Amino acid sequence: MSVHSLSPAFPTAAARMNRIDQRFAELKAAGRTGLIPFVTAGDPRADIESNLAVLRALVDAGADLVELGMPFSDPMADGPAIQRASERALARRVGLTRVLEIVRAFRAGDARTPLVLMGYLNPIEIRGVAGFADEAAAAGVDGLLLVDAPQDDEALLALLQDRRLHLIRLVAPTTGPERMRALARRAGGFLYFVSMAGTTGAARVDAGAIEAQVVALRHMAPVPVAVGFGIKDAESARAVAHCADAVVIGSALVDHLARAADAAEAAQLAAQFIAPIRTALDARQAA
Amino acid sequence: MRSTVKPLRKTGTEIDFHAYPDAQGRFGDYGGVYVAETLIAPLHELTETYLRLRDDPAFQAELERDLKHYVGRPSPIYHAARLSREVGGARILLKREDLNHTGAHKINNTVGQAMVAKRMGKTRIIAETGAGQHGVASATVAARLGLQCVVYMGETDIARQAINVYRMKLLGAAVVPVSAGSKTLKDALNEALRDWVTNVRDTFYIIGTVAGPHPYPMMVRDFNAVVGREARAQMLDEYGRLPDAITACVGGGSNAIGLFHAFLNDRDVRIVGAEAAGEGIASGHHAASLAAGRPGVLHGNRTYVLCDDDGQITETHSISAGLDYPGVGPEHAFLKDAGRAQYVGVTDAEAMQAFHLLARTEGILAALESAHAVAQAVRLARELPRDGIVLCNLSGRGDKDVHTIAAREGITL
Repeated sequence: MSVHSLSPAFPTAAARMNRIDQRFAELKAAGRTGLIPFVTAGDPRADIESNLAVLRALVDAGADLVELGMPFSDPMADGPAIQRASERALARRVGLTRVLEIVRAFRAGDARTPLVLMGYLNPIEIRGVAGFADEAAAAGVDGLLLVDAPQDDEALLALLQDRRLHLIRLVAPTTGPERMRALARRAGGFLYFVSMAGTTGAARVDAGAIEAQVVALRHMAPVPVAVGFGIKDAESARAVAHCADAVVIGSALVDHLARAADAAEAAQLAAQFIAPIRTALDARQAA
Repeated sequence: MRSTVKPLRKTGTEIDFHAYPDAQGRFGDYGGVYVAETLIAPLHELTETYLRLRDDPAFQAELERDLKHYVGRPSPIYHAARLSREVGGARILLKREDLNHTGAHKINNTVGQAMVAKRMGKTRIIAETGAGQHGVASATVAARLGLQCVVYMGETDIARQAINVYRMKLLGAAVVPVSAGSKTLKDALNEALRDWVTNVRDTFYIIGTVAGPHPYPMMVRDFNAVVGREARAQMLDEYGRLPDAITACVGGGSNAIGLFHAFLNDRDVRIVGAEAAGEGIASGHHAASLAAGRPGVLHGNRTYVLCDDDGQITETHSISAGLDYPGVGPEHAFLKDAGRAQYVGVTDAEAMQAFHLLARTEGILAALESAHAVAQAVRLARELPRDGIVLCNLSGRGDKDVHTIAAREGITL
């Protein structure tokens, strides 16, 4: 059963189920907290094999869903770690074409793990939104998280729905109750709760301070709630898992991978980073 | 995602250009709010506050007093007679924004936004700057109101605008170098947005141009529109007629929209914006977003941007730091598409030539940004008959550029 069959934005259950819904349903049945790592496409290395090695290592070490960052020259919502990752990827000329190649390669070997592309609007606009959505869906993408796209853009939503792609919406600490309800009501896939006013990779999350808002959001939302920003390690992940359906971890991972000299080392670093977080989340569950 | 194209609002059969933006902050297809969720509520609050203050007679009276007694308004329109004679065409009039306190039009906007900040109870001001004029104007109003001030500035610009960096420091502002990307204005804007998203509860972001998310393009325009309102009244008062053509330089486009806005519904007045063509549009080293860019999304609004086929914003070039920006205010994008204004390129070399011509004939050192407008005014004057009038916004003075000019001409000071 879909975990968000109440969502009025989608006409029928058959049309809306995708890998994201299936995965969260599995997590719910198993009573587990989802683990969502973020890496920037083309970083630490540009070749498809290296990117593939990192994504597979993340999944093997316990990632439930992966977010793949689309590099952009002006990532205004990102902190230094992801800015630098974006700059490194762009210096190696990694753009949307390569991003989609990476997704296709990943999907060829993994039919089940949901994948969300995260980035900014301009590259997609310039490529053409409808065309890009076609390509993304065909490549095996399950959702898009566009930092600077208006979240109430009906045309964008309809276009993605037609291709069974979820538009992943964000809720911030500054989001008022009325807007929060509206965003929750129309959410697809999962809702991304931004744990603090700031850029990615800023201060450590204060799990106590966000708990009330996350709990309120989970009551409103027909979809699971993932929490991101400020989650750096097993300890902060476990603290947030107390109130969230899933945790997102990006900047700390991206920084950890940056020193990899080759594909094998990147994969090893990715696994080394994710495994203890997985263990911490599962231990919490068992406790 | 491009929204459906809305029909242009018209009065009778003509568009009322003063009816924009709409309630969503859109100028036709352009403008809007393209920001991270964290900024949605603060922008909404700013919009509500600003719209209330715009209709508040007490606020407007205070603003008018400050513009008169602190900024030194009104600025004159000056008939550059020797320049006009030398060019041998129509009369060239200069709107002397260079005579404002701090030396450019930028102060019109910062005085206004600082008053909004104060009324919203904010204690800290941040700003981005390219040439440093907006940074200086922000540091100035912050000092006057006792607010903390942090200015973000690209490392490249810090190197070429050392005098303005020092001026900001003298005024008590902290200047934070930005080393990301192209190390110029666009990167300073990114960094200021990051600061704002982090410190949004106590911080007011004074954007220096008519870009950024709604309500900035509208608010910055409104505060600069005093330029055109004054100039239009001065034309009628002193010359008994409107000019045949008006022109201004366009980077983000705040001085240009400031001059243009009052004239938008005067169909007989030709409007031309001068963009930085750098080493020539064909060279690829320029900052002419309207002349050579395409519609996209940058810094919170939909507008013309300079980017590659992968949608990555490209590095720009201009001799003038203030025009070195790969986007442009959304209202200019709208005016271009509507055919109400034309946007043309002026190269570094043409701007330098105009700078020297104005200095030699009129005893005025123009800012390199404004020298682009002077070059365009010269072209327009040549096209028009001798009894025609070209009104050019001399948006700033050139003291800050003396080192850049000397270096370009191989002179060591």
